[in-house]
Amino acid sequence: MKKIVVIGAGIAGLEVSKQLLQANLPVTLIEQSSKIGGNIKNYAYLFPDFYNAEDLLNSYQYIITDPNLQLLLNAHVSKIDFSKKIYNVITKDGITIPADAIVIATGYNTFDARLKEEFGYGIYDNVITSVELEQMFKKQEIITPSGKVPERIGFIHCVGSRDAKVSNTYCSRLCCITAIKQAIETKKLLPLVEIFCFYIDLRMYGLLFEDLYLSAQRDYNIQFVRGRLSEASEMIDKKIQIKAEDTLIGRPLQMSADMIVLMVGMEASDFSKQFKYHNDLNVNEHGFFDPINPHNLRNLTAKEGVFLAGTSIGPMSVGETIDHARGTALSVLSYIKSN
Amino acid sequence: MKTYFQYPFLIGTIFLFAALIYIYIKWYVKLSKYDKVRFKKFWTTNKVWKAIKDSINDGLLHLSIFKKNPVLGYMHMSLAFGWFLLIVIGHLEVVVAKGGLNFPFYYAIFFRYFETVHATTIAKIFAAVMDFLLLFILSGVVLAITKRFYKKLFGMKRTTKLKTFDKMALYSLWSIFPLRLLAESCSAAVYNNGSFLTNTTGAWLGNMINVSAIYEPSWWLYSFALCFFFIALPFSRYMHIPTEIYYIFLRNAGIKTKKTWESYAQIQLYSCSRCGICLDACQLFDAGISDVQSVYFLQFIRNKVDAEKPLFGCLICGRCQVECPVHLNLNDLRTALRIKASKPLTFSYAYTKKPEQQTADTIYFAGCMTHLTPNIKKSMTKIFDYVGENVWFMDDDKSICCGRPLMLAGQYDSASQLISKNTELIIASGAKNIILSCPYCYKVFKEDYLLPDINIKFHANYIKELIKQNKLPEGKLNLTAIYHDPCELGRGSNIYQEPREVIEHYAHRIPLQKNKDKDRALCCGAGLGGVNLPAEAKNTVAYNTMSYFAKFNPDVLITACPLCKKTFVRDRRIETMDISELVVKAIEQPNDSKSKETKEISYAII
Amino acid sequence: MGDLDFLKVKHLHIDYDKLELDLLNKVLEEEPSFQWCISCGCCTASCSAGNHTTFNVRRISLLLRRGEIESLEKELEKCMLCGKCTLVCPRDIQLRNVVMNIKRNILKYKMILL
Repeated sequence: MKKIVVIGAGIAGLEVSKQLLQANLPVTLIEQSSKIGGNIKNYAYLFPDFYNAEDLLNSYQYIITDPNLQLLLNAHVSKIDFSKKIYNVITKDGITIPADAIVIATGYNTFDARLKEEFGYGIYDNVITSVELEQMFKKQEIITPSGKVPERIGFIHCVGSRDAKVSNTYCSRLCCITAIKQAIETKKLLPLVEIFCFYIDLRMYGLLFEDLYLSAQRDYNIQFVRGRLSEASEMIDKKIQIKAEDTLIGRPLQMSADMIVLMVGMEASDFSKQFKYHNDLNVNEHGFFDPINPHNLRNLTAKEGVFLAGTSIGPMSVGETIDHARGTALSVLSYIKSN
Repeated sequence: MKTYFQYPFLIGTIFLFAALIYIYIKWYVKLSKYDKVRFKKFWTTNKVWKAIKDSINDGLLHLSIFKKNPVLGYMHMSLAFGWFLLIVIGHLEVVVAKGGLNFPFYYAIFFRYFETVHATTIAKIFAAVMDFLLLFILSGVVLAITKRFYKKLFGMKRTTKLKTFDKMALYSLWSIFPLRLLAESCSAAVYNNGSFLTNTTGAWLGNMINVSAIYEPSWWLYSFALCFFFIALPFSRYMHIPTEIYYIFLRNAGIKTKKTWESYAQIQLYSCSRCGICLDACQLFDAGISDVQSVYFLQFIRNKVDAEKPLFGCLICGRCQVECPVHLNLNDLRTALRIKASKPLTFSYAYTKKPEQQTADTIYFAGCMTHLTPNIKKSMTKIFDYVGENVWFMDDDKSICCGRPLMLAGQYDSASQLISKNTELIIASGAKNIILSCPYCYKVFKEDYLLPDINIKFHANYIKELIKQNKLPEGKLNLTAIYHDPCELGRGSNIYQEPREVIEHYAHRIPLQKNKDKDRALCCGAGLGGVNLPAEAKNTVAYNTMSYFAKFNPDVLITACPLCKKTFVRDRRIETMDISELVVKAIEQPNDSKSKETKEISYAII
Repeated sequence: MGDLDFLKVKHLHIDYDKLELDLLNKVLEEEPSFQWCISCGCCTASCSAGNHTTFNVRRISLLLRRGEIESLEKELEKCMLCGKCTLVCPRDIQLRNVVMNIKRNILKYKMILL
């Protein structure tokens, strides 16, 4: 029986496993944390329809009991041995798992906002990240870290994306729509709050995204300022002073806000970054895995029997991740069949 | 016996001396009034001995080069010191042989031609010494030729590029001593008047060819080689030989490089021996930039090539200045030229609004760039609060730049406008201390602000004082740290020790290799001196510097400059923090680190 | 006649077909990076001089790109060259050099015309 190892039990890894299990193939699913789900656990609701993220994750729970699935939690892959025909995936604890095919579904890291020091995350209390705001949605209660119901919130786009100063020159492309989604959710919880989104370009790439943008303006009175945050500082009353330029007017703008939310971008995972320095697998200049080509071979690496799924190849939404993972499962199946 | 072959040599010598006297006088006349007084006064002081000592050490023995690179040092020493001794002992030999000073001065140069017998033991000893010296010089010539072709032998990655004119001087210099060997060997073959070297080569030559046929021509050639070299010298890189001595004396007289390009700068320009030691110190080579390095840059200026791009393309990190064996003030020379080049570009700051004037014992001036590293600001505020210092955060809101970035772009006059605005505020506050956390600000405050009654302190020094006075709590963190010397602080303001002491007090400092530490520390690549450097070049320098630090695998990289910090943050290999952040981390969470230590151990047991 | 009259572009619209692009091309040749600007405004917002007066370094390079070179010289006198703009630019544009270059080239431009 051919054995398949899936690295990462986020949405992509779960979807690949689900599809392969349906085809009656044995799957070893390796997850570094103590729970399945990966980054989706950070989110309460998904754009553009506010679908409950937990429901989506729960739809995968049943595969855990599948006898064909071996789930390894708290397991860190330290090495993949490509020297033999059947590869070996070796964990930090010394477990060696033979694999006929390997699916890399290691996902992404959220950008560490402390690296943008001038934005004040980790320095000023009332600077939070989009991930932290999502936790507030889970509790259905929005209170600033200094313990106040906010009257004005600034959403800061492109934190750790499109920024040579932190070596991330690409666009994470999901933060724009996430900001709009979060702004609307915030407004639903706090109808009186004033919300300002500071953006460089609004990239509403999905079919329904522009509708949500319009809704934000029309139904929720959310304001958009074209200008990137340049510096944030703390005022005596713990409010955050925003410094940006209103580039459409062409004058610098100052604004105090009870809280600012940094829309942190997506970065390559630590797992993919470690391949930057050896040539077993191709990693591009942004640290993500490079598929053979980005059109019809998006799931394949140059290494035979090693496949890619989900955000290990770059920023993707949940839906796109699942689609991509299904494609990967199909590639794995045809590979197993032909061997 | 009437001879004519000495005339080329005589013409060359007379030309050389006339040219040198003319140039020396011209330079002297153009010195400023005060520098002339300094130089005149100098001759009555003990400093003359120091100048003579320096001249022997650097001009003849080349000890500075020797210390940095023994092979290269030997090469310079054999040529300079060897030739010097050859002339001095050569004349001595003639004096002894003639029993007096009754001989033409070229006689010693061509002594073997004129003195065909040496009967006495003393003469034989002299001949042996002269042969030995010639051999000594020839070994240097061989090294010089080898260096041109195999620079790795000297442990140097690069050697200097030459223009055609210098090449002519170079080749004539290379040929002088082989030709002298040939000529003396011919004499030795005919008269047996040489010693162990010339007699041997003479005999060997005699076996191969008819020596008497090339005897006269070889002396002619030797004379021509000398003539050619002497005439070329004032127009070539070898002008550094006489100029360096002049420079050593002026330097010892206490003359300083000015903000304007004047005679003293000109003398330094011509003192550069183009040894190329500065090349290996320059980190910009690795970024594909090969025209800003001091030796090339000075060459452009000397050859009056348009050098605006390389002029503003140097980081002014000062690494080359530390290595320069001639001790040229390379940063000051560049600054003077920048001022000259950007003179017509004016700035005007009449618009600045005064921040609200406050009075305080101590001023904290964060500087423009520290506003982008609020962790430093916050850490300083915490330290001030902890020790109860009454501080006015002067540029918290309406900051006026310190002026240093303008100076690095050659804008001294514009900078002085900002300096006077800040000075006014500082004096009106009645403060006794001003504390700075940016090395750029510190340097300009220390050197260009007139604040005689106020202590200007860098934050690391201030923190060191607080530790000494037991005003800060103990609490060493379980962290290994590397300290990165900011260029403007280390080489720029000579502060190395205090930051190290502070770090060692609160963390475990990993020492760096000597050739990358203190005054030879690497630059982060973002220096404000690099006005027209492209981002890729700066990033390459930063990446390479970080790669060096990463080899030591420290927990944190500590620096004392907001610009260095921001530059290193983009490279994620090591967490970077300012020295003030380390202090706050240590004084706020002494128990936290202990728990971390135990946590690690327990993890290892499982 | 003001001393900069010859630098003026007197049109209601930005008439791109009639632009004087000599100065722009000269500056771009020496500092190409300012062509990469995405107009995020960080430079202007963090500007030390902009804290005291109307000085918009982003707008200056944009005006130059559109041939509006009328008041650039006077505006650029306000820059303190502190380098904050260069330090915040997400596109790594070397703004200090952009300022120096525009200034230098306006000067050369004036000399040619005089």
